[in-house]
Amino acid sequence: MGLETIFGKSWATSKMEYVINWARKFSFFDYPFVTACCGMEFMSTFASTYDIARFGAEFPRFSPRQADVLFVVGTVNQKLAPVLRMTYEQMVEPKWVLSFGACATSGGFYDNYAVVDGIDKIIPVDVYIPGCPPRPKAVLDALIKLQEHVQREKLIKGK
Amino acid sequence: MSLENNITKLEDGRLVLNMGPSHPAMHGIVRIILTVEGERVVNSEVEIGYLHRGFEKTCENSNYNQIIPYTDRLNYVSPFINEVGFVMAVEKMMGVELPERAKYIRVIMSEISRMTDHLTCIAANAMELGAFTPYFYLINARELLYQSGDMASGGRVTPNYFRIGGTSFDLTPDFIEFTKNALKKVDSYLSDTRKLLERNRIFYDRLKDTGKITREDAVSYGFTGPLIRSVGIDYDVRKYSPYLVYDRFDFEIPVADGGDNYARFLVRMEEINQSRKIIEQALLQLPDGPIDVDDYSVRLPQKDEVYGSIEGLISHFKLTFEGPKTPKGEIYFAVEGANGELGYYIVSDGTHKPWRVKVRPPCFPVTGALPRLINGGYIADIVATFGQINMIGGELER
Amino acid sequence: MELTGIIKEKFEKSILSSSVFYDNETIVIRKEDVFDVIKFLKDEQSFDFLMDVTAVDYKGYPDRNDETRFEIVYNLFSYKNNKRLIIKTLVDEKDLTVNSITSLYHSADWHEREVYDMFGIKFINHPNLKRILMYDEFVGHPLRKDYPFKKRQPRINLRDVGKNEEEK
Repeated sequence: MGLETIFGKSWATSKMEYVINWARKFSFFDYPFVTACCGMEFMSTFASTYDIARFGAEFPRFSPRQADVLFVVGTVNQKLAPVLRMTYEQMVEPKWVLSFGACATSGGFYDNYAVVDGIDKIIPVDVYIPGCPPRPKAVLDALIKLQEHVQREKLIKGK
Repeated sequence: MSLENNITKLEDGRLVLNMGPSHPAMHGIVRIILTVEGERVVNSEVEIGYLHRGFEKTCENSNYNQIIPYTDRLNYVSPFINEVGFVMAVEKMMGVELPERAKYIRVIMSEISRMTDHLTCIAANAMELGAFTPYFYLINARELLYQSGDMASGGRVTPNYFRIGGTSFDLTPDFIEFTKNALKKVDSYLSDTRKLLERNRIFYDRLKDTGKITREDAVSYGFTGPLIRSVGIDYDVRKYSPYLVYDRFDFEIPVADGGDNYARFLVRMEEINQSRKIIEQALLQLPDGPIDVDDYSVRLPQKDEVYGSIEGLISHFKLTFEGPKTPKGEIYFAVEGANGELGYYIVSDGTHKPWRVKVRPPCFPVTGALPRLINGGYIADIVATFGQINMIGGELER
Repeated sequence: MELTGIIKEKFEKSILSSSVFYDNETIVIRKEDVFDVIKFLKDEQSFDFLMDVTAVDYKGYPDRNDETRFEIVYNLFSYKNNKRLIIKTLVDEKDLTVNSITSLYHSADWHEREVYDMFGIKFINHPNLKRILMYDEFVGHPLRKDYPFKKRQPRINLRDVGKNEEEK
């Protein structure tokens, strides 16, 4: 952002920071990288009983260039690892990663030749959601935590 | 085909296009490499393997009761049916005969799973073709069935409910009341969706005559389930080799002609109705009694036996540390999954771990026939066909 | 066991043994005659569905009569007569090739590719024999008994997030 050249380090940037982070956290565009059974709870979260539209995150963008949150939903195995890394590298700053489910967090209960034990061995992760699969209320709780994390972000690095 | 060359232009103006592993359909990950000429698909190749989780090798390293959670995650939209198939194959090898209430519970939960599978398939397919409202109606209907399965087993998507020799928990009276009301609401959601979709001009035009296959080809490619019933062959494992108590219920097998996506859609809508009838009859006929077989070499004994008698103590110890044992031999047992014939081929060496477990996934030969279904059509028809064959990644690649 | 009798009339020397396991009739055929026997069953006994092709690795199996390591299992179904039949054939470790039945059933294409991927058994006359579930850089065949269960072969360089407890 070019803010630091205009305002420098002053009260104007902290107000701008608050407004920009407020706008970002209530308008997530997510990229659903859905692989396995957790996709069923993902579908339930996006439907009308556990409505994720209340938090502003209901609109999935199906191109990584247009998204800012990467939802990795389900097991990632060795064959899929380069695809996940390429998808993450295509996303534009600012971007966050949400690891949905036990298999994405740590490999789940699959400890064998085919599965990567945790996507944080491939890309950096912001919020982990445990559960096999996590109930939709746990997903909404994780979304609120991600929103708090986004609100606390600094625009000028190294402050 | 490497990941870097995503689009290649051939000399005669054709284009090689990659519908990559992560694409905007909630079906899972499959890579389709298309050769297109304008909008028409000339040739295609399907590449799978992005969800291979090593199920069969895991089975060789676990005992029989530990495999049941892994079978849940095979066809994750209809988990009870996978569990029933595996548990019945092992029980047939051991020669165990279940009490009546356990059989009825298995039928009720299997039919609930069949309904959730068909509801998810139609909801996702309708959403991809642009109809957003049926998605919300049908996922609400599915939510009621998930809550019903949750009341019985404790888990919505992955219940881990059945055991070798019976069931883990009994059904409560709340469950029976809730399920009866839920079925009425599901029926009303389904009739709303039927009014929106069945005679809708756009939906009909997108599904009619796309993904068409002839009867001989369908048999040769190994189709089973709703897909073979949409070409006119009424093969259903529940009628041809009845298992559990299916022969006591009055239900029909819907069959359609045409072999295209619209016929598959009609077959699935009618099957949800038939499953509802089976559950209603089963809830009326549900007998009282034990839910487990009364044999201590298969099921854990009650606590007063464990602390009171020496046989109970020994069998509790052996079952917790090792698990039930099967005699040496092999078996192939098939149940009617939501997609077709789900078969388990188990080879046992006489110990508490199986030697080899092979799952016959119903959607594996169907996905192998996908090039045959989409060649010659438009790119836009791939979405409709791929949705109606109901490929589930966990089952395809185990 | 009536199907054994019918096959025995035509292919006397091909049958090695036959039995019935839990209501499934199982016949073991010699490797060279498998294609002809299955063609006879498809054309004249109306076994038009090929449900499954799989393989079993018997290395280390206790008390086995045979010394051949692999066994290929074909699962056939006849819709007209409502009958199921299992055909098995033995494949030795020194000669890991079998005739492919892709020209009889289209569904054998992917089933045989999976057997090749998981066990390393090659099918002669298969139109497209390459790996289907694992990636091309993978070395070995996972479902053999001598492949270690937890041996991973990563495709890309993984990030370093600290060691697990047992690796320290």
